[in-house]
Amino acid sequence: MITGRFFAAGADRRIAITIFILLAAAIIVPLLNLAVSPTSAFYVPAYIVALTGKYLCYALLALALDLVWGYCGILSLGHGAFFALGGYAMGMYLMRQIGSRGVYGNPILPDFMVFLNYKELPWFWYGFDHFWFAAITVLAVPGLLAFIFGWFAFRSRVTGVYLSIITQAMTYALLLAFFRNDMGFGGNNGLTDFKDILGFNVQADATRSALFAASAVMLALAVFVTWAIVGSKYGKLLMAVRDAESRTRFLGWRAENVKLFAFTVSAVMAGIAGALYVPQVGIINPGEFEPSNSIEVVIWAAVGGRGTIVGPIIGALLVNAGKSWFTGVLPELWLFALGGLFVAVTLLLPKGIIGMWDSWRGNARALRAASVVEEAAAKVGVASATSKPARSPARNPGEWSWSDPEPQAAE
Amino acid sequence: MSKSNTILYLDGVSVSFDGFRAINNLSLVLDKGEMRAIIGPNGAGKTTMMDIVTGKTRPDEGEVFFDGQVDLTRHDEAEIAMMGIGRKFQKPTVFESHTIEDNLMLALKGPRSIFPALFHRRSAAEARQIDDILGIIRLGDKRHEQAANLSHGQKQWLEIGMLLAQDPKLLLVDEPVAGMTDAETEETARLLKDIARDHSVIVVEHDMHFVRELGVKVTCLHEGSVLSEGTLDFVSADERVVEVYLGR
Ligand SMILES: Nc1ncnc2c1ncn2[C@@H]1O[C@H](COP(=O)(O)OP(=O)(O)OP(=O)(O)O)[C@@H](O)[C@H]1O
Ligand SMILES: [Mg+2]
Repeated sequence: MITGRFFAAGADRRIAITIFILLAAAIIVPLLNLAVSPTSAFYVPAYIVALTGKYLCYALLALALDLVWGYCGILSLGHGAFFALGGYAMGMYLMRQIGSRGVYGNPILPDFMVFLNYKELPWFWYGFDHFWFAAITVLAVPGLLAFIFGWFAFRSRVTGVYLSIITQAMTYALLLAFFRNDMGFGGNNGLTDFKDILGFNVQADATRSALFAASAVMLALAVFVTWAIVGSKYGKLLMAVRDAESRTRFLGWRAENVKLFAFTVSAVMAGIAGALYVPQVGIINPGEFEPSNSIEVVIWAAVGGRGTIVGPIIGALLVNAGKSWFTGVLPELWLFALGGLFVAVTLLLPKGIIGMWDSWRGNARALRAASVVEEAAAKVGVASATSKPARSPARNPGEWSWSDPEPQAAE
Repeated sequence: MSKSNTILYLDGVSVSFDGFRAINNLSLVLDKGEMRAIIGPNGAGKTTMMDIVTGKTRPDEGEVFFDGQVDLTRHDEAEIAMMGIGRKFQKPTVFESHTIEDNLMLALKGPRSIFPALFHRRSAAEARQIDDILGIIRLGDKRHEQAANLSHGQKQWLEIGMLLAQDPKLLLVDEPVAGMTDAETEETARLLKDIARDHSVIVVEHDMHFVRELGVKVTCLHEGSVLSEGTLDFVSADERVVEVYLGR
């Protein structure tokens, strides 16, 4: 059934194309960097590989947000926290890979710990010398935080703006905590000066290409998983909770569990994105918990079109490409441009780029269909299409004008 | 009063919102298999009574029992729905962005946990049930359309269809014929009478023709308690009922 849907037409075909492009990029971009001579017109410089690799991580973060915001209406303004936690878990592994090559040459303690007079490794740093342990932590820490946070928030039926505010509070609290030197995560300098990942030099072109490919493949996998979730009966339930939560409860569904599952999966995806991001940018610091980071993610998703899977990916890539260009030309104006973009999208493109594309395509198709019908009618000589017998008006006329699916409160 | 053999038993129930008593010492008993019509002016507390039964609102005092022994005040909405109480909202509430068919699929009786839903595949039996219900609510030709495109009356029917899919023991139906033509209203009365053959039903409705059509015992609520109870003729001849309806 899943494979059948996968090769079907329409929105599902768009997913297939996206996955195909990502997988192709995972092969082609590294080849163009490694196997093509730097003088060739097809050569992709290493900094471009690293930059686009970073964008792909942002795209994965935007996709994670789309699962909860687009499909379940949970406007999380704290997804940057899950991203940063995944990043820190990877950063801790990378720190321990430095070994005795640090400035202070301590084989066990990272430089910042020597500097801060740590005598021994804090217990929560144990195990991070193993990649597998770090990899599990990348999934488990954001997932567990989201699970605990969601357990309390959804059970006490915190929704809407209040939920958004407490997600902001969550990331802000983590920001403050990670800034403290005695937390043992490097304080405001964070974790940096990485040397190796899995025994390969993080700075080397081949490693950067491999990280790019890993990001692209992971994003493709996340697209597939999100698409499978959203298309399942559970996914329909997720949207049902978004549109009429109390209706689902009166049908016997536990809306809080429905949300909790999506929120946890989404946080794990965000954590993976952060873990892939850190070795590509070479640093993780508390700034990643900045509340404004999480808000930017919302803008990416809104620009691309929430609830479309592909939209937030496109939004993340476009906005970040724009940001890189803009901060090169007019750095001080970037925030205004971003704010202006958000306002413009909200007012002019409420369904984002993908939504606009779809309605444009839909109109074109409707026009084509109409002209076909007209032609056929003219040939047969039918004067007018037969219309269905009209229903008599409702007693409350206002209620008839629902044309667009909108979330509604049950009463 | 004995609770045995009752499907719903409310005794001395009161609830206040910010000091305003929406339900005031309400007592109401529904026998197993009975259909009851509830009438009453706007603000009488009819919808609030359903909120109490379905776990949306907790009563301040009083007893609410389902099936003679289950204390409903100790359970939440989802648990109560799983016990077998289904509800149609006053304002028809369906999943607008889903197709008619998917609306019914989400309502179909079955396990309600996440993982089965994640890996769920529609069985032949489920497809047959959905087909049956689509036939009953006459939306078979629209099965693949978005629920948002339905008319008000059709949404009412879809919501009743979702109740049928849920297959509860007790149905609470709030104003099912609002926004329907006379023909549709008659059709709905026939449908509800049909449902009442093997379910217990409470119908709230303002439309007196419709209530007459149902031909069942009527309870008139006013200011949160029972004003009068009996046949429609008896209730509508009751002076106090006439007064609250005319004296508005
Ligand atoms: N959650 C609430 N908070 C405050 N007041 C409420 C709440 N729910 C109901 N009420 C009030 O309780 C009273 C009873 O309302 P209810 O909706 O039960 O009336 P009703 O009999 O269903 O009326 P209608 O025929 O208009 O549907 C009304 O005055 C209403 O304003
Ligand atoms: Mg009401």
